[in-house]
Amino acid sequence: MSTTYETSSPGTYGAYALADCWTMTRRELAHWARQPVQVAVGLIFPVMLLLMFGYLIGGGRGVEGAYVDFLVPGMLALTMAFGLEGTMLAVTQDLNKGVIDRFRSMPMANGAVLVGRSAADMLQSGLGLAALIGVGYAIGWRPHGGPGAFLGAVGLLLLFRFAMLWIGIELALVAGKPEMVQAVQILVWPVGFLSNAFATPDSMPGWLGTAVEWNPMSQTATAVRDLFGGPGGEPGHLWAAAIWPLGLLAVFFPLAVRRFGRLSV
Amino acid sequence: MADAAITVEGARKRYGDKQALDGLDLLVGRGTVHGVLGPNGAGKTTLVRILSTLLRPDGGRVEVAGHDVVREAGRVRLRIGLLGQHAALDEELGGRQNLEMFGRLHHLRARHARVRADQLLERFGLADTGRKAVKRYSGGMRRRLDLAASLVTDPEVLFLDEPTTGLDPRGRTEVWASVRSLVGGGTTVLLTTQYLEEADQLADRISVVDHGRVIADGTADELKARTGGDRIDVVLRDGGQLGAAVALLPFPAEGVSVDTDRRLLSAPVTDRMTALAGAVRALEEAGIEAEDIALRRPTLDEVFLHLTGDDHRVKEAA
Repeated sequence: MSTTYETSSPGTYGAYALADCWTMTRRELAHWARQPVQVAVGLIFPVMLLLMFGYLIGGGRGVEGAYVDFLVPGMLALTMAFGLEGTMLAVTQDLNKGVIDRFRSMPMANGAVLVGRSAADMLQSGLGLAALIGVGYAIGWRPHGGPGAFLGAVGLLLLFRFAMLWIGIELALVAGKPEMVQAVQILVWPVGFLSNAFATPDSMPGWLGTAVEWNPMSQTATAVRDLFGGPGGEPGHLWAAAIWPLGLLAVFFPLAVRRFGRLSV
Repeated sequence: MADAAITVEGARKRYGDKQALDGLDLLVGRGTVHGVLGPNGAGKTTLVRILSTLLRPDGGRVEVAGHDVVREAGRVRLRIGLLGQHAALDEELGGRQNLEMFGRLHHLRARHARVRADQLLERFGLADTGRKAVKRYSGGMRRRLDLAASLVTDPEVLFLDEPTTGLDPRGRTEVWASVRSLVGGGTTVLLTTQYLEEADQLADRISVVDHGRVIADGTADELKARTGGDRIDVVLRDGGQLGAAVALLPFPAEGVSVDTDRRLLSAPVTDRMTALAGAVRALEEAGIEAEDIALRRPTLDEVFLHLTGDDHRVKEAA
């Protein structure tokens, strides 16, 4: 029992913090490995929505050109927005588990739990985007921009997801209890649909159209449509699609990190 | 105490209008087992959460392993292990995965974390179940894994918050054996418990806590002595004669307790032999048949009752 265990190379605090973040990311990935069905369902759900809107509901009010070219970028943005509730649910569940107490009583970097969460969620969102894009291809969607524009679009989508992620973390830390997640889940739907994901704002009553245009998700969808070269894209929205998520991050990232550090103190 | 592993001076913590800690003082020597004994709501868990840096005290000085828990939380965390009331494990992962993860978070090299996980699984009799998800573990197994997790780096100070609550007698004995073996290795253990027997069995010194303060401390024997020394227990064959026996036995009426279920009367005594002989003679003369007469030290239950003067809460706690 008196053996001393060699710790990893006596690095700086920064090196330890990175190692902790990696350990916590691996924790999330280990969860995936033990619950492959849950991960699969998470990927299939947006695909089902896409097919439902593509075939069942179809149409696309006020859209010029192929609806699928309008719909797929909208679904991509909507999936990123819905990621908020997934993050919030996961963080809330984690906070209500005893293991958080052990983490907090250990000499680990404070934010590593959150970094692990965000790394895993971003990875899952990347997979979700790939699945949606694949199915989009299968039902006839084609991006018309170049590879640079394609990567730019994916980048904007992931940036938007990253902002949603930290809003989700902050909401989870504020709400605390899993019951509160339901309330947010109910709210996420109208906010998600109150966008230009499925229809253009021009087709809506004036006040609604204005609200929809101001929805940060609409900015991302419009910019992505532009980069993919489909209908509903407007060139001027690239900046808005970058600045909105960055602004949200500037507010929610420090809030969440601070709140996590002061947890139950 | 120059060689204190834990120093608490005037610790205060308030939740709303409840004063959980109300100027609590505590001194625990290195390498000792210190029991913190008290009923539900006495402030035991609040104390452990403050000592393990999970909670910030409102005031007072709190040092663990020579470091302030607020200003030097990081240094404290390097030196402590915590076994809380609820399992602090990742339920979705296997036992080995949990221990390896905690080892990595203590910044052990990957290989050492693996070796250490295997050692601990072996030591706590969990080697066969290392792959199984913790949520499928039994209560006793989970507790042992939890204890293993708090020992990943041989902490200087180990906090055990009601370590055997909810365990069956076998699980309890296992945890006790583990705690005893730790002390041999020089670890300081602070243990909270509602079970007087547990404190009696494990702790070198005991602090009795009530309403957020320490109301008495000392060794189990010292505490027992404070209650007024030895007692005599008389068990009658016929419980209906307890009243008569109390009236005729040569003991002062205050301090006599009667347990009708067990047909037992118990009284403090000053002179052991005189009391014993007097009791035997008095019962014989009155023709009351006794099943058993014995002299004994007071139990910690009686100590607790005496100290808190709060009858019904003790019964709840015990």
